[in-house]
Amino acid sequence: MKITKLSIPVLLSFMMLGCGEKEQLGIDPQVYTDSLFAVMNADRANYTKLVVKRLGPEGSGAINPNEHWKEVENGVPLPAQMFRAGAEKVGETTDTFSYSLQSLWPINKQNAPRTEKEVEGLQFIVDNPGQNFYATEKLGGKNYFTAVYADIAVSIACVACHNAHKDSPRTDFELDEVMGGVVIRVPLKN
Amino acid sequence: MKKIFWIVWLFLTLCLLLFWGYKVIVSKDKSQLLIGEGSHGHYQIEMSCESCHTSSFSSKEDLQLACVNCHGDELKLVDDTHPRSKFTDPRNADRTAVLDARFCVTCHTEHQKEYTLDMGLTIPGDFCFHCHQDIAEERPSHKNLEYDTCASAGCHNFHDNTALYEDFLLKHANEPAQKPGALLFDLVAAKVELMASNKKASLTAKNQNMPNGVDALYDKALVERATHEWDGSAHANAGVNCLDCHSEGGEEGERDTQIKWVAKPDHLICANCHVNQAEGFYAGKHGMRVSPYLEVQQTPLKPKMSTLAFKDSSLQLEHGCNACHGAHAYDINEAAVDGCLVCHDDEHSRNYKSSTHYSLWQQELKGELESGQGVSCASCHMPRKKIIENGKTLVQVEHNQNAYYQPNEKMVRPVCMHCHGLGFVLDSLADKVLIEKNFHGSPGLHVPSIDWALFRENIQGETNENN
Repeated sequence: MKITKLSIPVLLSFMMLGCGEKEQLGIDPQVYTDSLFAVMNADRANYTKLVVKRLGPEGSGAINPNEHWKEVENGVPLPAQMFRAGAEKVGETTDTFSYSLQSLWPINKQNAPRTEKEVEGLQFIVDNPGQNFYATEKLGGKNYFTAVYADIAVSIACVACHNAHKDSPRTDFELDEVMGGVVIRVPLKN
Repeated sequence: MKKIFWIVWLFLTLCLLLFWGYKVIVSKDKSQLLIGEGSHGHYQIEMSCESCHTSSFSSKEDLQLACVNCHGDELKLVDDTHPRSKFTDPRNADRTAVLDARFCVTCHTEHQKEYTLDMGLTIPGDFCFHCHQDIAEERPSHKNLEYDTCASAGCHNFHDNTALYEDFLLKHANEPAQKPGALLFDLVAAKVELMASNKKASLTAKNQNMPNGVDALYDKALVERATHEWDGSAHANAGVNCLDCHSEGGEEGERDTQIKWVAKPDHLICANCHVNQAEGFYAGKHGMRVSPYLEVQQTPLKPKMSTLAFKDSSLQLEHGCNACHGAHAYDINEAAVDGCLVCHDDEHSRNYKSSTHYSLWQQELKGELESGQGVSCASCHMPRKKIIENGKTLVQVEHNQNAYYQPNEKMVRPVCMHCHGLGFVLDSLADKVLIEKNFHGSPGLHVPSIDWALFRENIQGETNENN
């Protein structure tokens, strides 16, 4: 009987030990998306510089970076296509994050913004050079942290191709201008 | 009275439980568990339930994995226009709420043959509408087109559009109906090259190594005929002897004493050497029932299992390698036409022998045309393809009869365009009457895909000039 009487307060005190403790937090979504973008951006810059420029027409001419790269001899994807291929592969592998390359002036209409936050974010990075856009949104009943990073015209090849493409809704892009944005989305606990 | 009723009810319930328990757990024949007839693409393996229903309570994801296990590579090969990754992106959540294209079964539900359309589609054919309802804004040429015509031949496919990309249409816009000097890949030349690198010496009838005593099992005339057919065959020329196919167990040199004679070698024996061909066979309708990748192997396919038109005399024939290739002679020319027509008896097949393609094939066999100028059944339905293995370019026959079959635009690039211009090909493949006539004649339809692509290109050219 004594043991029972003693055990109740002991048990209660153990249970109360957890009260007031902060919930264990994971990585901050913004830090997570910033980090992901850093890797994506680095890989894309390296592919452009170390592969396309070095081995393409501007370099040794061993490869042929081309929009229709599978159709041409020694064809390799353009940096933007390589980026999209990565996004597709990630989409096959995990649902812990997703990313896409979008634009307010896309060559392929499927790459135009679709959600309110995408529209807002892509406009924000055009209006606020050097800044990123962060927001939360609910899609398909799930909450997401959505980040949008500017995609800058770093090479004259990007500008020339987009300005001349028959499906491009805009033909006056200039070097170092924002052409679109990388949208990274991370699911949040509902 | 009431008591008897309950006893009877209990007895019947127990009987039912025992029957269904036996069917589910013990019996190999699970046909009573089928909830409906399988589609034309899966009825062959409908009794290998575990191949799709990988566990007792398979989730949608499990089923999806099973689909991808068999069809994933092909979808990658054709650059699937609507890959799953496109729909797992949350930005498309509103679209998947309407049409959940993350899962194959959304559009291809099995065991509903009565509702199954071409391509195994089990939803209304105007499904493109859900996502592309504003297409006319982007493509004025598409204004007023009905959404159930999107997938008409020569226009669009949900998965494989490799022959329909706008730039591809433009690149091949002005090709003639018949390309001069056109040739299919030369299998014979490729084979000779392969055999030249083979270390084994060619064999003749006097070298045959049928073990002593085994010949007594057979009629003498049968053995002589088999030996005669083998002598001069590709196998004999490549040094492949009787025991290489007709034996199990035993090492080289001790076969006479330790081997087990196999009277009728099956596809697994062939697969030992003809790896790629066997893979194709297992992936197609002809061989999928005996595929070693099935959870439960089935008996070989017989024409009587299908609803297609077959000759009565063929209904009981089993589909293994020898069904088309015969045994011993392995004459590829015979396999390429007679191998098919032994069984297939639909209008397209029956009209082959009155077609221009067959006439060319006959001329090739007579030596009046170069190798590769004739067109057999296999030229189109099991075409030769170039593959690169270990740095060597090989020409091999695609043994998956479905790889270039449906939708028929799959044939455009790897088959038809060897000899014909793209415009002629698209028109021909869209003309069902011409297909029935086995392409004897000219297309009576015109697909405007190329015209529209050219129109857009010309407008763009004018815009650039004005700028």
